[in-house]
Parts: sequence; C-alpha cells; structure tokens
Amino acid sequence: MPQISQLAATYSSQIFWMLLFFGFIFFVIGRGMVPKVMATVEVRDKQIASDLAAAEAARAAANAEEEAWRAQANAQRAEAQAVIAKAKQDAAKASEASLAEANARIDTRLDEAETRIGGARAQALKEIEALAAEAAGDIVSRLAGVKVDAKAAAAAAKEALNA
Amino acid sequence: MAAEQAKVDPMHQFTIEPMFGTDHWSIAGYNIAFTNSALWMAITVVALLVFVAGGNKRQLVPGRWQMAVESLTGFIDNLLAANVGPAGKKYVPYIFSLFSFILFANLLGLMPLALIPGLHPFTPTSHFTATGVLAILSFSIVLIVGFWRHGFHFFSLFVPHGTPIWLLWLIPFIELISFLVRPFSLALRLFVAMMAGHVLLEVLSSFVIDSSNSGLLWGTVVGIPSFILMVAISALELLVAGIQAYVFALLTSLYLNDAENLH
Repeated sequence: MPQISQLAATYSSQIFWMLLFFGFIFFVIGRGMVPKVMATVEVRDKQIASDLAAAEAARAAANAEEEAWRAQANAQRAEAQAVIAKAKQDAAKASEASLAEANARIDTRLDEAETRIGGARAQALKEIEALAAEAAGDIVSRLAGVKVDAKAAAAAAKEALNA
Repeated sequence: MAAEQAKVDPMHQFTIEPMFGTDHWSIAGYNIAFTNSALWMAITVVALLVFVAGGNKRQLVPGRWQMAVESLTGFIDNLLAANVGPAGKKYVPYIFSLFSFILFANLLGLMPLALIPGLHPFTPTSHFTATGVLAILSFSIVLIVGFWRHGFHFFSLFVPHGTPIWLLWLIPFIELISFLVRPFSLALRLFVAMMAGHVLLEVLSSFVIDSSNSGLLWGTVVGIPSFILMVAISALELLVAGIQAYVFALLTSLYLNDAENLH
C-alpha cells in the first residue's frame, strides 16, 4: 500500500503541492472567479425581477389608462346626452314661445278685426238710423204734411229699429 | 507463479514517483519533489481553471458552458444556504474550491487515459496525505470560526440541547471525541472510497487479462463477466466520485454551521 509505505518519503511533497494547488484554486478560482459568476447570476435575477416589475407596472398603467378612458368616454357621453336634452328643451321652449307669440298676434288681430267689425256695424246702424229717421221724417211730411222734429224722428226710428 | 502475480499489482497505481528529475527539491530539509501526484493536482487545477474561466463570460443570457458553471456555483450556494443559512454566503469560495477540486481530481483519475501509451492517470484524492490536508483545512476553519465568533462559549457545542444533568459527565466526552474524529473521518472516507474503487477496477482488469491469457474457455467464462462488471463499476465509480466530493463539501458546511450558528 504505497499510501503507507511511501508515507515518510512523500508526505512533505504531498502536503506542499496540495497546499500550493488548493491555495491557487481557492484564491484564483474560488475568490477570483466564482464571485463574478455569482454576481452575473445575481444581476440576471435582478434584471428579470425588475423586468417583471416593469411589465406589471406597465399593465397597471394600461389598466388605469383604460379605466380613465372609459370614465372620460362615459362623461363625454353623458355630456352629449345633456347637450341633446338641453337642445330639445330649448327647441321646445322656443317653438312654444313662437307659438304663443303667434297666438297672441292672431288674438290681437282678431280683436282688432272684431272691434273694427263692431265699429263698422255701429257706424252702419247709425247711418241706417239716420237714414231711417230722415226717411221717416220725409214719409211723414209727405203723407201728413207735418213737419216732424228731426230729433223725435230719430228717436222713433231708433225705437222702431231696436224693437 | 510469483512473477505472474506481480504482473498486475492493484496497488501499484497509487505509487508516488518524482517526475522530471525533481526528486532532490526540498525546502528546509523537507522533500518537495514534483511527483505524479502533484502533476495530477496541477492537471486538475488547469481543468478547473479552464472550466470556470470558460463559464465566466458574464453574459446576460448564458450559453451552455456559462450555464454549467453557474449551476455549479448555484449548487454550492444552495448547499450553504440550506445548511448554514445567510451566514454561509462567505464560505462559498472555500466550499466551491473544495467540492470542485475533489470532483475534478476524482473524475480525472477515473478517465481511461492509460489507454494512451506512457500516460499513467493518478488520483491525488486516493492518498490520505492529500485528503488529510483538505480535512485539516476544513477542521481548522471550523475551529477558528467557532472560537472567533463564540470564544470559549464554543465549548458548549459538546453539551447538546436537552442533555440530562446526570449525564453531564459522559455526553461532553462523547461529543468531544466525535468532534475530534471529524478531520480523520473526512480524510479517510474520501481516500478509502477512491482507493477501493480503483483497486476493484484494477483487480477486475487483472481477472480479464489473466483469464484471457489462460485460454478461450476461461476468457469467456471469467473474462467477459468481469469486463461487464468493470463497465458497471466504472459507472458506479463516476457516481462515487461525485458523491464523495459532495459528502466532503456537505460535511464541511455542516461543521461550519456548528461554528457559525452554535445551537
């Protein structure tokens, strides 16, 4: 068994080279390169995590934007409805007002016309009365030769006409 | 008969030989010859260096190689996070070095490189002088961290929770022994597992060679089943190479947990 039979002759060389090579591995590879490899892994993990967070944030932002857009669209729709309703109301009010105005105009013209007609009739009646009184006076004077007072003739004509 | 037996010596593969005429190198009287063991440690270092450097491209979207290296570091990171917790993060370089060095050394020693003439694969982890260094390193780190963080309170490790008062004379003693055995169990487990696998493969290969040499009949009856068994055991040994590296790293991190988070 060379491990034991060569022990005395080789132990110092074994220990020396083992320490040398293992020390090299520890200091150059273990402490020099392994932390860099692990840092790379860490950077990647961090990058992935931050990318995921960014994606999540972007999704939340998109959701919020959509929500805002929807709210805005709803508000605009409501506004449009209000405008339409107001326009309808305004139109109704305006047509009502113009109708009322037209009615009023028609009414006043009717009144005017009525008063004019009333006036004309009264005038006509008066003329008829006057004519009747004249005619009655004439008839009386011709038939009876009596001169009738114009006033009395008018009263009599009026009475006869209104009876 | 004796000469034929010596033809395939299953232990010969573990022989350490100085290479490149460096057997006279020494520091303060201690021999530090550059042996075949040191050579395979160096090959392990180079392989590991190439592997990690190839995966250290630091790309945001990793390629296959980078993915492989990152899953290895992530594996060690998870191991420490699970066994030590947040305080284990600072041991990642050490545990990574430990795990990957043992894994690469184990696997390289298993490669069928002996098929290339003149090449003799060697597994440094099949020597307790090598595994012992790693075990003592781990044990020392546990001791240093334990006493650094908890001072003499670290000795309360030897009195587990819920120890009955009337057993206080015995339990700390048992705990102390189990604690002191740790470096030996760490070193011996790895060395024995590696050596046993290689010896088994070597013995089976000697069956194949010897039975083939003694004729068609024995070559068929003994050689072919042995060869099939070798294939299966080679697969098993690949598994063992990974498991032993994992066990070493896992136990070290469990011991570090004792030192970091004293119960």
